[in-house]
Amino acid sequence: MSMTLDSKVPSGPLERKWSKHRGESKLVAPNNRPKFDIIIVGSGLAGASAAATLGELGYNVKCFCFQDSARRAHSIAAQGGINAAKNYQNDGDSVFRLFYDTIKGGDFRSREANVHRLAEISLNIIDQCVAQGVPFAREYGGLLANRSFGGVQVSRTFYARGQTGQQLLLGAYQALEHEVAEGTVKMYPRTEMLDLVLVDGHAKGIVVRNLVTGEISTHAADTVVLATGGYGNVFYLSTNAKGCNVTATWRAHKRGALFANPCFTQIHPTCIPVSGPYQAKLTLMSESLRNDGRVWVPDKKKDPRPPGQIPESERDYYLERKYPSFGNLVPRDIASRNAKEVCDEGRGVGPSGLGVYLDFSDAIKRHGEDTIRERYGNLFEMYQNITNEDAYKTPMRIYPAVHYTMGGLWVDYNLMSTIPGLHVLGEANFSDHGANRLGASALMQGLSDGYFVIPSTIANYLATQLGKKVSANRPEFKAAESEVRLRINRLLSIKGKKSVTTFHRELGLLVWDKCGMARDAQGLKDALQKIPALREEFWQNVNVLGDGAEFNQALEHAGRVADFLEFAELMCLDALDRKESCGCHFRLESQTKEGEALRDDEHYCYVSAWEYTGPNTPANLVMEPLTFEYVKLSQRSYK
Amino acid sequence: MNFKLKVWRQKNAVSPGSFKDYDAKDIPSEASFLEMLDIVNESLTGNSEDPIEFDSDCREGICGMCSLVINGIPHGPGKGTTCQVYMRRFTDGDTIWIEPFRAAAFSPIKDLVVDRSAFDRIIQAGGYIVVRTGSAPEANSLPVPKHNADLAMEAAACIGCGACVAACPNSSAMLFVAAKVSHLGLLPQGQAERETRAIHMVREMDELGFGNCRNYYECEAICPAEISATFIARLNRDYAAASAQEALTV
Ligand SMILES: Cc1cc2nc3c(=O)[nH]c(=O)nc-3n(C[C@H](O)[C@H](O)[C@H](O)COP(=O)(O)OP(=O)(O)OC[C@H]3O[C@@H](n4cnc5c(N)ncnc54)[C@H](O)[C@@H]3O)c2cc1C
Ligand code: FES
Repeated sequence: MSMTLDSKVPSGPLERKWSKHRGESKLVAPNNRPKFDIIIVGSGLAGASAAATLGELGYNVKCFCFQDSARRAHSIAAQGGINAAKNYQNDGDSVFRLFYDTIKGGDFRSREANVHRLAEISLNIIDQCVAQGVPFAREYGGLLANRSFGGVQVSRTFYARGQTGQQLLLGAYQALEHEVAEGTVKMYPRTEMLDLVLVDGHAKGIVVRNLVTGEISTHAADTVVLATGGYGNVFYLSTNAKGCNVTATWRAHKRGALFANPCFTQIHPTCIPVSGPYQAKLTLMSESLRNDGRVWVPDKKKDPRPPGQIPESERDYYLERKYPSFGNLVPRDIASRNAKEVCDEGRGVGPSGLGVYLDFSDAIKRHGEDTIRERYGNLFEMYQNITNEDAYKTPMRIYPAVHYTMGGLWVDYNLMSTIPGLHVLGEANFSDHGANRLGASALMQGLSDGYFVIPSTIANYLATQLGKKVSANRPEFKAAESEVRLRINRLLSIKGKKSVTTFHRELGLLVWDKCGMARDAQGLKDALQKIPALREEFWQNVNVLGDGAEFNQALEHAGRVADFLEFAELMCLDALDRKESCGCHFRLESQTKEGEALRDDEHYCYVSAWEYTGPNTPANLVMEPLTFEYVKLSQRSYK
Repeated sequence: MNFKLKVWRQKNAVSPGSFKDYDAKDIPSEASFLEMLDIVNESLTGNSEDPIEFDSDCREGICGMCSLVINGIPHGPGKGTTCQVYMRRFTDGDTIWIEPFRAAAFSPIKDLVVDRSAFDRIIQAGGYIVVRTGSAPEANSLPVPKHNADLAMEAAACIGCGACVAACPNSSAMLFVAAKVSHLGLLPQGQAERETRAIHMVREMDELGFGNCRNYYECEAICPAEISATFIARLNRDYAAASAQEALTV
């Protein structure tokens, strides 16, 4: 039987859909709200803003995160900024333009209605955050400042130094802690969700492990909201925080939630290159550096000379050469792919040969070292701290790294997954960025989902659930809990020869190689052979020490890697199905004569939503066709 | 590079802890301090010895999760967080002492991991501006002088790691509280709750077992976010004003 997906996009003109939908949505009366228990997993921008707002509305909220405080969610690390169509710069910005840029930036693989709603709500987000005391950058007149970000032609990005994510998260966290003080939200830090519990097909609870004591317990609620972030760490090395994982969404997938576009991952072009196998994570260098830095590699392969001794005539400023009109400012995917290409040709720099130069000498000559220091001083310092090199004197070395995942659990316009009662917010869902996310749009989406969308749409589900409360004593809870225990005991009893990290690193290298910036059918098929074998070996030979009933980080990591080992296969399967080059990913089989990405709208203008069919059987593809009424599909060109 | 490590091991909150010796062998000088510990943990695991537990997440100096005292200094040498310390700062053959952040209000969890949830409770006491979602006025309707906005940002940069507490001979959380009170108090949006905020947060801090501020300024010296101790003076002013107000109204 094949399943069909109902996106529940409201009818009517694009710019009226959201207000119409809100007007027609069900309501839960204030006196009924405290009767509803809502579980929110995740306290990043999406989870914290949702928990704070739903608590304030009077619902009874339980919020979970694995860090020791809600304030430390991965959102804290976002640097660049958040977009909003305020048009404060009077440079022609509008809700429609932000909508259009986001749809086009996503390479026409997202839903028009969702993206338009996001652009509308962007205005409210800035108001909300400013009122909370988020110290955005300001002009001398005291009004809010903006910058241009991510290759768009208007200045619509709001920022708080290089710490925008931190400041937005602290705003949401403080609102959340206020609700904790009010008693509407109960916070469970250092608690990890390990499974979802379904009762009669509806999401009604979760199984969690207390990371301090190791205690396993269950929680029941009327609805479950996942805001658990992205899965970039399937690649082992990424710019994500160490703890980012796919466990919550993967467990929900195995319980029936469709997983959409898992192969849509974003590779950021300007990160500090890998320096050795001991390395635990990669560090992002802000994209803004490309405003003044020039990217180049030597003409000659394996040129041993230090950069200063390579004359101008023997350098290849390949972005300027190939894309004269955008030059060093081409979008992320193009910058990343070209870096890989020159390194594959053997012209990469640095000890590993996997790096390209980002050279500031011309900018320093033109503007003076002081100006450059003013613009990027903290980044140069960070670079020096990590690499021990002075980027004022010698070019930086950069290389692309995994940064963000556009794929996630499939959700409808109400942000509900294919499991009734399971809602998904933020990076964990697939909804708004298509095949490529624009800079400064993830923070916008997280807060839009959490502050503004879910507080309205959740009532559409809850209103159908009055009087249907379930208790955690039901057999479904006991069964899920004992499965979790069994799995933990299995992990602890293997006592094999390889560490969890070794497996994680091996998996990461494999998917980076076969399902990274460029992919082809042969490589993906190869990965699809190797991943199950690696998974098999993991369950035979992993070594997890210690006990389940105590604080045990190796055990936490083991559970996450076990899930990555399953998820990676779906990611490759999805990549194999999509035989077009699109957004962030390049299918070698689908390119133009000039070697640029070739999208295939005739065959692939759909969302790939995958249905779990059981262990060791391939997932089932369900398509949600994408239709465009308000924008015209066009090939992106940056020549 | 090779190092001798003296690492605090403690099974849980109730068991006593002690320093144990470990060898860190063949560490690349480009490795970070936490990557050095990762390498040591890999070899411990290989020998079926329990790995050393320590907190970290972003490993970029912003989340405030990492929290080691290295050779007696919270976050170790240099000005950033623990995760931003690189091994090239040390000399081959060095002995390195590694301990958790210690304070009465931070109870131990295991090895180098401690419980800093007291900071969340201080925020719950008043570290916010109450604004119902959706009811905010248009953002540019209230200009904020750039100077104030910049100063507020400097205070808001606190990462909540707790190094200030670990460094203070009195285990005071004054710098943490001052940073939040100043951040919100410097903005026009934060005025309505300004005085109650100061008084509630300071009281909560006292109740949670943090010590008093005796102006040692160890906190400022150690702070990875470079929060200035001048914010403590600002907090004291708000606190005094609020106390006077309170005395009048009783
Ligand atoms: C270095 C960097 C810089 C960035 N810069 C920008 C930028 O400038 N602008 C922009 O728009 N975007 C940026 N992004 C992207 C953006 O930061 C993220 O996409 C966004 O913050 C994700 O928010 P979230 O709330 O969905 O998830 P997260 O912030 O990742 O939060 C996930 C939450 O879920 C919890 N969790 C996860 N799994 C479990 C589980 N199993 N059990 C319990 N809890 C769990 C975690 O504890 C956490 O609280 C950047 C990303 C990186 C890596
Ligand atoms: S791990 Fe985040 S600050 Fe060190």
